[in-house]
Amino acid sequence: MLDLAADRHAAAVPSPGLLPRTDSPAVVLTDVRKSFGASRVLNGVSLSIPRGNVTCVIGPSGSGKSTLLRCINALTPVDSGSVLVDGIAVHDPALDKLALRRRVGMVFQQYNLFPHKTALENVMMAPIHVLGEDREEVEARAVALLSRIRLLDKAHSYPGALSGGQQQRVAIARSLAMRPTIMLFDEVTAALDPVMVKEVLATVRDLADDGITCILVTHEMGFARDVADQVCFTDQGIVVEEGPPEKIFTNPDDPRTRDFLGHVRF
Amino acid sequence: MTGVWDWFLWLYEAHGINLPVFYDSYDRQRFFAGLLTTLELSVCSVVASVAIGLVGAWALGSGSVVARRLVQGYVHAFRNTPPLIQLSFLYFAVGNLLPRLEMAGGGSRPLLDGFAWAVVTLSLFGGAFNVEIFRSGIEAVPASTVEAAEALGFNRWRLHRHVVLPLALRICLPALSNNLVNLVKTSTLAYAIGVPELLYVSAQVWADAMNVREMMNVLLVTYVGMVGLLSFGLRRLEAALRVPGLGTVGGQP
Ligand SMILES: Nc1ncnc2c1ncn2[C@@H]1O[C@H](COP(=O)(O)OP(=O)(O)O)[C@@H](O)[C@H]1O
Ligand SMILES: [Mg+2]
Repeated sequence: MLDLAADRHAAAVPSPGLLPRTDSPAVVLTDVRKSFGASRVLNGVSLSIPRGNVTCVIGPSGSGKSTLLRCINALTPVDSGSVLVDGIAVHDPALDKLALRRRVGMVFQQYNLFPHKTALENVMMAPIHVLGEDREEVEARAVALLSRIRLLDKAHSYPGALSGGQQQRVAIARSLAMRPTIMLFDEVTAALDPVMVKEVLATVRDLADDGITCILVTHEMGFARDVADQVCFTDQGIVVEEGPPEKIFTNPDDPRTRDFLGHVRF
Repeated sequence: MTGVWDWFLWLYEAHGINLPVFYDSYDRQRFFAGLLTTLELSVCSVVASVAIGLVGAWALGSGSVVARRLVQGYVHAFRNTPPLIQLSFLYFAVGNLLPRLEMAGGGSRPLLDGFAWAVVTLSLFGGAFNVEIFRSGIEAVPASTVEAAEALGFNRWRLHRHVVLPLALRICLPALSNNLVNLVKTSTLAYAIGVPELLYVSAQVWADAMNVREMMNVLLVTYVGMVGLLSFGLRRLEAALRVPGLGTVGGQP
């Protein structure tokens, strides 16, 4: 098995700025607010995510979970409040988006692979075209990533010829090829059947073991309970309650959390 | 080769089908020169109109209101007026406003000749449609695919270069093919300003040989062949760009 975390540190040696700062949290949100027109989607979210942790965000649909994730990698600009990622001020209008996005990977519910590129090319594209890295080096890394997710035999298949679970794993590999320190997952198993869910979650668990900070929006309560260091329950644009999974799942403080968990299957 | 040309002479003598563009070396020379001019006109206009389409579609998606308005104005002007009028307007009205070039032996000639004006007009005419065609293709690229690329750090230029345009091209290729085929056929309008293209030289030939019926057939067959080749090439391109799960039916995994 490839040790991704070690690989990352080795690569970061020439440029100390990229070394993860182990002293501060990976992500800190402070009183983040966001409205779309008249609809207030985030109503003052504050959250701190320690480095190397797995955080699961749960909550009813429409509670602002996706928006929360998208504010972390600047796909959605915040209206007010502050978002700090690896010390980068994401809310700053003068944000260096590339600096942010090479640290933060994101995986979506609908995979969103580039349909005109093979699995291997999908993984190689960003390091080559965005970071300007050497093609051969990138290819070696991409091949290692594909074999890690056990899809090396599909390297030359187009996304349209892969199953949903395979596409989602390629999407994860594509993000990892940028050597992020933080990964965001937005309901990445919601469109998959149970077998594929297991494949994808196993891949996510691997990353967590390698020390990558993972933030997942998920309805997989079993995964949240078993793997998360921290679970966050959101409702109507605020973080209602957060804590270790044992606490949230067995003895939540807030009646809204209890009510929501009463409606979900494990 | 002379054998083939002589066969046309026999055809004339035996059956009265008069095709001097094959058996007469002078007519043959001017006919093939006309064909070459039409090919040059077509290739230049196709390439330039595609370039105009790309730049225009890019400008329509840019943040600059001025650039958007300019492109929209251009598209309206050239899509909604007859190309023959565009050609006459540019050649006779605008052409006369341009400075003339002094020639070595005295006298002067226009800055742009008829051929150049025909290329300019056809490119602008075809380009106006291409802007709209590329825009529709770009708009059909899913926002989620664009976001995935943005999340990977692609800036606007690289996003277009590596993701949006390759996908948009696949989506809009059938419409683009139609427009380019039309553009090649529209190149006959250059006849109106005296560019010696295929229709113009054919008219010269039938005026001399009084063989309008035969020349019309030659002309039609030549266009069918030329446009057929272009369509064939574009269909091959479509097939080569086809990827599974995207666009037209029959995609091979
Ligand atoms: N780009 C947008 N424009 C307008 N409304 C949006 C946009 N994105 C999200 N919303 C609205 O914000 C609310 C929260 O959305 P989202 O963050 O996707 O919730 P969740 O992921 O928890 O289901 C929804 O009501 C949604 O309609
Ligand atoms: Mg969502």
